[in-house]
Amino acid sequence: MDLFRLFWLYLRVSVMNELQYRVNFFVQVFQSLLALITGLVGLALVFSHTNELGGWSRTELLVVMGVHILMGGVIRTVIQPNMERLMSDVQEGTLDYALTKPADSQILVSVRQFRIWQTIDIVMGLLVLLVAVYQLQLGIGVLQTLSFVVALLLGALMIYSFWLILTTAAFWVVRVEHVLELFQGVYQAGRWPVGIYPAWLQTGLTFLVPVAFAVTVPAEALTGRLTLQTLLGAAALSALLLVLARWIWRTGLRRYSGASA
Amino acid sequence: MRALLDLYLKTMKLAIVERFQYRVAEYFYMIGMIAEPVIYLVVWTTIAESQGGVVGGYTAGEFAAYYIVWTLVRNMNIVFTPYGWEFRIQHGQLSGMLLRPVHPLHYDLAFFAGWKVVAIINWLPIAAILTLIFRPTLDPTLLEVGGFFVAIWGAYLVRSMLLWALGLITLWTTRVGAIFELYFTLELLLSGRLVPISLLPAWAQQLADFLPFQWAFGYPIEVLIGQLTPQQILYGFGMQALWILIGLGLIAILWRFGIRRYSAVGA
Repeated sequence: MDLFRLFWLYLRVSVMNELQYRVNFFVQVFQSLLALITGLVGLALVFSHTNELGGWSRTELLVVMGVHILMGGVIRTVIQPNMERLMSDVQEGTLDYALTKPADSQILVSVRQFRIWQTIDIVMGLLVLLVAVYQLQLGIGVLQTLSFVVALLLGALMIYSFWLILTTAAFWVVRVEHVLELFQGVYQAGRWPVGIYPAWLQTGLTFLVPVAFAVTVPAEALTGRLTLQTLLGAAALSALLLVLARWIWRTGLRRYSGASA
Repeated sequence: MRALLDLYLKTMKLAIVERFQYRVAEYFYMIGMIAEPVIYLVVWTTIAESQGGVVGGYTAGEFAAYYIVWTLVRNMNIVFTPYGWEFRIQHGQLSGMLLRPVHPLHYDLAFFAGWKVVAIINWLPIAAILTLIFRPTLDPTLLEVGGFFVAIWGAYLVRSMLLWALGLITLWTTRVGAIFELYFTLELLLSGRLVPISLLPAWAQQLADFLPFQWAFGYPIEVLIGQLTPQQILYGFGMQALWILIGLGLIAILWRFGIRRYSAVGA
């Protein structure tokens, strides 16, 4: 399939490029460790004053933190670099180079750029998850693992669609780079299960910025909270968002006038 | 002295005009910024309610007051970033700054002070909305309001000096990212930004007393929300003054030796 072939091709080029700068690996490890320590300290502070937070135990919140780091890694490895590149391409008119290629333009702009050192966060998130699941001693079955992976994939798809929609707004307003700061601020909310937030904020974190589906729902899968209803809802919403993103991309593309026009 | 005052006023005016241009961008940025304290606020309010109403001397309403005042202090905390020095050196801006008759520190101080004027104006509606939503317990005395006004500018100066000194390390090496990250992590944990200092374990509170971070963040907030006695407020002013002086001393030393290296590298 076109999507996977292109994905693999660009990924290989990125890896070869980045391997020239190996010191960045250690810089990234250091940064990820600092972020992990900060997260653990925050968790320790909370649980030095209480035994549970909105019905979640300390270990269960460690699961949430693991998913948050993991998903953050996915976002920064694949989604964010591509969307940043798209923003600057629209601003500078260099998007023409992507549009004139024979492949589907949406696929192309979504797989051109990778930051492979950010995969360290994916590994770090997985490690945190392993420790947390081990501490939970629930005995995670095949079904739970499967629903966790599915929930994670759906979450990533929703974040991608959400971000593509916002970035596509660049066709109309050109300057959208502050979207990044906005998203990073809101994504922090995912460090805690969305259930603790007031109702209006929960709605926002579920439907406006799909942090709830990206982080809380996969964590629910691992802590035995996930219902089939939620999973089906996630599937429906991600399908809806994907179609919407596709439609807005098409519409926006018609407005794009290129560098020389 | 008059000329210097004039320079400050002109630079501030310039900064105000510049910042007012991008109002939409400003609000995007502000919404991203208030996400952080709102998250902390929700977490600690939840805990306070499950623990019978009070945690570490804070009720839910006082947490709301703490984290709403937090948003203003965070704005006052924005100064020239140490990461900016790499850009200044790479792009030759520093050479231009050296040619001017006054120390470049004055420009940064004045420029960011000008930004603060705009930041405070833009902050007012956000504070109003947050107040309506989270219902803070805030009933400051006149002394506390006055103290707060001085303390936020003290905080601005403390952080300006320390980050300027930190940024000057770039004159020796450009691999400074790790040092900065370490600094910012310590600052996050021990300044009162993540949690009010009184919620930290005792040993961390003692550690924080030896470090400058809380005087640039937690202290001004505590002044306004009524956590401090008049003596403690005065003591805080003293500590701010002390850390500003220490920062100035560091800048003087680092600048003297660093700038010699710079001319050697850049020539």
